[in-house]
Amino acid sequence: MQASELSDGLHGGLFAFWSKSMELIGEGWTGEAAEGAPDVPVRREHLVVVGNGMAGCRAVEELLARDANRYRVTIFGAEPHVNYNRIMLSPVLAGEKTFDEIVINGYDWYRDNGIELIASDPVVAIDREGRTVTSRSGRTLGYDKLLIATGSDPFIIPVPGKDLPGVISFRDMSDVDAMLAAAEAGKAKGGGAAVVIGGGLLGLEAAHGLTLRGMKVTVLHLMPTLMERQLDEAAGWLLKSALEARGQTILTGADTAEILGTGAVEGVRLKDGTVIPASLVVMAVGIRPSTALAREAGLAVGRGIQVDDHMVTSDANVLAVGECVEHAGQVYGLVAPLWDMCRALADGLVEKHSGYRGSVTSTKLKVSGIDVFSAGDFSGGDGAEDIVLRDASRGVYKRVVIKDDRLVGAVLYGDTADGGWYFDLLKRQEDVSQLRDMLIFGQAFAAGGGAADPKAAVAALSDDAEICGCNGVSKGQVVACIGKGAASLDAVRAGCKASASCGSCTGIVEKLLAITLGDAVQAGPKTMCKCTSFGHDDVRREIVAQGMRSIPEVMQKLHWSTPDGCSSCRPALNYYLLCALPGEYKDDEASRFVNERMHANIQKDGTYSVVPRMWGGITNPRELRAIADVVEKYDAPMVKVTGGQRLDIFGIKKEDLPAVWADLNAAGMVSGHAYGKSLRTVKTCVGSEWCRFGTQDSTGLGVKTERMTWGSWMPHKFKIAVSGCPRNCAEATIKDFGVVCVDSGYELHVGGNGGIHVRATDLLCKVATEAEALHYCAAYIQLYREEARYLERTAPWIERVGVDYVRQRIVDDEAGRDALAARFLHSQSFSQEDPWAERAAGADAHLHKHLAEIRPFAILGADS
Amino acid sequence: MTTTADWLDVGPVEQLPVMGARTLPVRGGDEIAIFRTANGNVYALVNKCPHKHGPLSQGIIHGTSVTCPLHNWRISLLTGEVLGEDRGCTPVIPVKVDGGRILIRRREALASLAA
Repeated sequence: MQASELSDGLHGGLFAFWSKSMELIGEGWTGEAAEGAPDVPVRREHLVVVGNGMAGCRAVEELLARDANRYRVTIFGAEPHVNYNRIMLSPVLAGEKTFDEIVINGYDWYRDNGIELIASDPVVAIDREGRTVTSRSGRTLGYDKLLIATGSDPFIIPVPGKDLPGVISFRDMSDVDAMLAAAEAGKAKGGGAAVVIGGGLLGLEAAHGLTLRGMKVTVLHLMPTLMERQLDEAAGWLLKSALEARGQTILTGADTAEILGTGAVEGVRLKDGTVIPASLVVMAVGIRPSTALAREAGLAVGRGIQVDDHMVTSDANVLAVGECVEHAGQVYGLVAPLWDMCRALADGLVEKHSGYRGSVTSTKLKVSGIDVFSAGDFSGGDGAEDIVLRDASRGVYKRVVIKDDRLVGAVLYGDTADGGWYFDLLKRQEDVSQLRDMLIFGQAFAAGGGAADPKAAVAALSDDAEICGCNGVSKGQVVACIGKGAASLDAVRAGCKASASCGSCTGIVEKLLAITLGDAVQAGPKTMCKCTSFGHDDVRREIVAQGMRSIPEVMQKLHWSTPDGCSSCRPALNYYLLCALPGEYKDDEASRFVNERMHANIQKDGTYSVVPRMWGGITNPRELRAIADVVEKYDAPMVKVTGGQRLDIFGIKKEDLPAVWADLNAAGMVSGHAYGKSLRTVKTCVGSEWCRFGTQDSTGLGVKTERMTWGSWMPHKFKIAVSGCPRNCAEATIKDFGVVCVDSGYELHVGGNGGIHVRATDLLCKVATEAEALHYCAAYIQLYREEARYLERTAPWIERVGVDYVRQRIVDDEAGRDALAARFLHSQSFSQEDPWAERAAGADAHLHKHLAEIRPFAILGADS
Repeated sequence: MTTTADWLDVGPVEQLPVMGARTLPVRGGDEIAIFRTANGNVYALVNKCPHKHGPLSQGIIHGTSVTCPLHNWRISLLTGEVLGEDRGCTPVIPVKVDGGRILIRRREALASLAA
């Protein structure tokens, strides 16, 4: 077969720089050079490479470096290009490089090394028995050794519209050309819109390039955190903020339902109904090893083409390398492992077997101006220790993970200068115990400081060294402040402002205190949890002062020492944000205690109890019938009257909860929030309507109070009672807020508790009208909501701040009272949706349904 | 739904909420809880706290541990070991994600049946 016969083929050009008659199949030649007979033309073994990409060509380069004459090489490529650097497509898209600049091996390389390149003509079949490959154009070539380097295929999510013109992936040069064309077409119309599906490395690089090319870009990411495979939540949040600042719209938790358009892409519709107009959709949700060819040839294929340590497949004459392979159960979608694989492959081809042992990978995002690095395993786990450094003012987040005195993972954001050093430590698996205290500060610090302790490093700082960047405080000033008597962190903060703003220098200030005072340092207030050095009050103040809007943002700006908090701080932060941003903050289900997530009370056997609301403790036959029916229908083992004047249905399985709620909703009942850090119930006595001693309509006021306050989230549970006379049958003086009706009006009581430490209420004041009682109640609740610490009931809160303070804010300060009440009612305008009705209608079904069920020898999918 | 001799396919990974869990009852055996952490990793444990058998699937997930909803014991998702001062261990079921599907190993998943 001659090159000239094919150069005009319909299926693409043939770049033949070296060509001779192809070897016939099965001639049985050995390929060994006839030693001592150099004049006899040597039949070299024929190596056919399927794939002209980074792996295929790198393997050939490695082989040529070992023995340039051993094999005759033919490379098939699907694209009409020479070997180029695929990972540099992003800079081409962004306009930072041209295609010529990313070519790895040009035509001269093929020519000089006698390699035949057959471009634009992918191999479509392998005949292993006959040892031939056949290409799309029908060309058949024999081989002695076959190397499959087909790389990976982009994963296309199977949604309607995926085949519309304008839907592309981001894998090769033709995709880049399509994106550039779309950007040009958009410019003509004054700016086009693009949607990138996938917020991983590739998707973000595509989005960045398209933004630079003038398109309005929306990134849709299914997961809540960008690049969640490479970054933890904190770094993902920083990245999202930085990209948004560059004009991209980033939608996380965005599940694509459909690509819209007739004839061409017009937009994307999400499962929540949102429609985003776009003339270009880039699918960058992931890649999968390209194994179809190998599979059809009958090679062993798992997730990738299975190879041994020498990159040999289940057929001794067929090798495979790159992203298409599976080695020791691993597949790799990054470039670095290629280099190691190609070395092992080439060693094997020249019979100097070395063997591939798998790779540790690192990632760097190629978006100019945004530095992100990640390497190794940062999922944490047993015995793994996290060292976290956050410098909010510089936008820096660094996290290294250590296990058994070895570095196992690193995530860097904002300052990636030490990425290479960490990666090196990680690959070499060096013992870092000597460096441990300095590790997070980077190579320069750790090397310069040697094995010294961090205190010595701080002690060694000059007096002029700036400790607090926010307030410009030098070491000398901090030491002077301590010298004048500041013996605690708070005293230093008050005295010279060091560490009083962002807090990133807190550690250094604490070390200065320790160096200067030794044991005389006074401990500060209790911190929120082990994840932070801040107390609850500091955190709340900073959330409001800095306008923070999400849990990862709080953790970053306040230097959390853990990647995603713990079961103590997460619910607290969720509440503080909910309180600070009514109607705007999206509740984080994963940060809710089980009862608030499930809207029912978990019991010791894992079932739930359900308490429907009975306004003011009043019920009717319809409600009672519905409750009785639920008890029977769901076989509830017990139904009990609660202390809060309602009925509690026990023993409901989580799967049955939505159906139970639907039945209760049908009778007009809503959630009683008996499970929440929220308004529980308003207990009443019958009052003047029936009781011969009643002075006011206590049941009526109780119902009105409950209607006003239900659904509100609080620092802790909150109970209210209204008694119709001083006999106080509703026990109002051991409630968080209690009203005792008297002839002349309403006594308002606060801070009572009937729990472990019984506390009678303090009298707040007396008001004349029902409207005033409600108004004061709203203001008082809001003060508690805004100022108490999470999980602090009103009783300890009032003991801490003093009833005089509460009186001053609620009784004396009329304008302040009005403002508090208004804020409460504003917040309530968003919170009085019955959570049961939403669940009964199908919301959050995953919380209730099993994933599947295993019956021995069968599995039944629940909703798949 | 496909299964192999060793691994059971129990559903698509996107049905696991991030920092959440789903349950998998085993008829005649111990229910399994399948967890997904913030970085997307998937783990599986028998859905029983070693303390008082609380349903771990309902706990708050942070890092690679889960806090039991009943008494706040912390359990490692990697080893099933109780963390902190308390002691105990919950059986781990090997799990992997392949092609977007969650696969759990049959032997451990059905271990409670044999007992």
